[in-house]
Amino acid sequence: MLRRTLLTTAALGLGLALSGTGAMAAGMDHVKACFVYVGPIGDGGWTFQHHQGALAVQEKFGDKVELQWQESVPEGADAERVLTQMALGGCNVIFTTSFGYMDATNAVAAKFPDVKFEHATGFKRDSANVSTYNARFYEGRAVEGLIAGRMTKSNKIGYIGSFPIPEVVMGINSYYLNAKKVNPNVELSVVWAFTWFDPAKEADAAKALIDQGVDVIASHTDSTAPLAEAAKTEGKVIGFGQASDMSEYKDGPRVTSIIDNWGPYYVERVGALLDGTYEQKDTWAGIAGGEVLIGEISASVPAEVKAEAEKLRDDIAAGTVHPFTGPINKQDGSAWLAEGATAPDGDLLGMNFYVEGITGDIPQ
Amino acid sequence: MELGSINLVTLIATLMVAAVPIMLAALGELVVEKSGVLNLGVEGMMIMGAICGFMTAVATGSPVLGFVGGAAGGAALSLAFAFLTQSLLANQVATGLALTLFGLGLSSLLGQGYNGIKPPPTGAVPFGPLADIPVLGTILFSHDWVVYFSIAMIAAVWWVLKSTRTGLIIRAVGESHDAAHALGYKVNRIRLACILFGGALAGMGGAYVSLVRVPQWTDGITAGAGWIALAIVVFASWKPWRVLIGAYLFGGITGLQLSLQAAGSKIPVEYLSMSPYLITILVLVIMSSGRASLNAPAALGQNFHAAR
Repeated sequence: MLRRTLLTTAALGLGLALSGTGAMAAGMDHVKACFVYVGPIGDGGWTFQHHQGALAVQEKFGDKVELQWQESVPEGADAERVLTQMALGGCNVIFTTSFGYMDATNAVAAKFPDVKFEHATGFKRDSANVSTYNARFYEGRAVEGLIAGRMTKSNKIGYIGSFPIPEVVMGINSYYLNAKKVNPNVELSVVWAFTWFDPAKEADAAKALIDQGVDVIASHTDSTAPLAEAAKTEGKVIGFGQASDMSEYKDGPRVTSIIDNWGPYYVERVGALLDGTYEQKDTWAGIAGGEVLIGEISASVPAEVKAEAEKLRDDIAAGTVHPFTGPINKQDGSAWLAEGATAPDGDLLGMNFYVEGITGDIPQ
Repeated sequence: MELGSINLVTLIATLMVAAVPIMLAALGELVVEKSGVLNLGVEGMMIMGAICGFMTAVATGSPVLGFVGGAAGGAALSLAFAFLTQSLLANQVATGLALTLFGLGLSSLLGQGYNGIKPPPTGAVPFGPLADIPVLGTILFSHDWVVYFSIAMIAAVWWVLKSTRTGLIIRAVGESHDAAHALGYKVNRIRLACILFGGALAGMGGAYVSLVRVPQWTDGITAGAGWIALAIVVFASWKPWRVLIGAYLFGGITGLQLSLQAAGSKIPVEYLSMSPYLITILVLVIMSSGRASLNAPAALGQNFHAAR
């Protein structure tokens, strides 16, 4: 048994090494692209969008690409096992699509230098075969914040957070700052659900916010449950599509959405493997690069607010407006950004503080 | 505890709704365990109920039929469990765990194409002027029919188990299947009926999640509620009214935890999240150390075969 395993591993290693060296020189004629998902494809949000991206790769390259994916992989020891299996199973490039896979991705990547690893939303690139990619979702949050500030009647807006990581804190700050800019009386309530995907809990979180008088809810979790909860109020509460357009709620509470558009990136990276131009890199594109799309703003938003939101979207795309432009203080009153300064990417990627005006603490 | 800006009335009304799925599932499991069978597949039966109920409601346009469909889906899955454990005498723990995994996969398969569809709404029962009574109206008279049904079921199960011949037989089978067999009762047939009842109630609980609490279908929608239901049965020490208390406690803490956050409370969320489990452990320690026994049915988890 042991001898057989050893032999198989050796043979695979040899095969991988050979195909790997081939790839560097002249590209490959066939790529097996593998995807690790944190939730089910049917979540209608985050994972659904990654899978749409994967399907776009298949559509573009047809027979030259073979897809493999695994859904609902827990962020922990299980992830490492799944990744190892994929690497041994002949995957040429593995996309790990959640922040929590960061350490597993880097650990497995070190053992398989000839397999490419692409980690979404992370920042660790310990070996040369690990690339990271992310989208500037906070740009979309800014547009949501503007609409929230203009649309709220109770001046109370809410945010359902998943886990207290920089990605989420960044979104909360951007949402709040841009709401405050158009409506100085706005107050933000944050509820941490401590899950990416648990529809009942997400709905409960939305209900808790609604019970507190909140009438605009943004969510940073993966399912459509918060919108379903808002729909029960018959128009009193509005919300946003998260990760996916969630257009099935277009006639109800969904006023616009942040759409994660991974397709172009996946096509580019797999294409680079095919033609031999693949290199390690760190990608962080936003509205300008087409990775973040703002969904159609629905008819329940007044025309002037819609025009204002679209202008903000276009200004961010053109680079004339940055959602984090000083003066901005941290929650404790200390200065963060001076007048006119914009946030450096490093600050954003490690963001672990609320900006001035948000109440409550980030759970540690 | 700071309850300052939280409206207690809406909080109570919320927890009554939040508790329905786990209450129904736990009550069904209580009857199953009272008959001496340990079915750990509650989560699988719940999610089967969630998808079958959703599909029925969408197809017929009737939420009531949806709940019937959910009950049927849960019962159908429990039939597989009954066949394996009662006819083939398979190990109950292993079969129950397998049932959960099977139910999760099968529901995901059945649910293909149901994402993004909205089921017909289940409205509140019209109580007319009663619903306008301050405080009491919101707490007691503002819910849909399933909330009242679940409480009525608690009372019914309590009465049947305590005061009827049927209840006595179920308890006898669960305490000593050999004695019950010697008296001429068909042990496996009685257990089969209890397993089906448990499956039907778990299915209804699941249907409540997909039809009322989160009116939509997504894979894995029950997200572990079945395990909480199992914990509640032990917490309740196999007594129906304590299932009600347990479900309110577990459902309530989740709601309270989120409401406290929304209200800007300073209590760390981690403490509230773990509190129901802490209380369960406490209750178990108190019950097992004091004069009162754990009250578990004596034949729980043991298979029965007349020839043995």
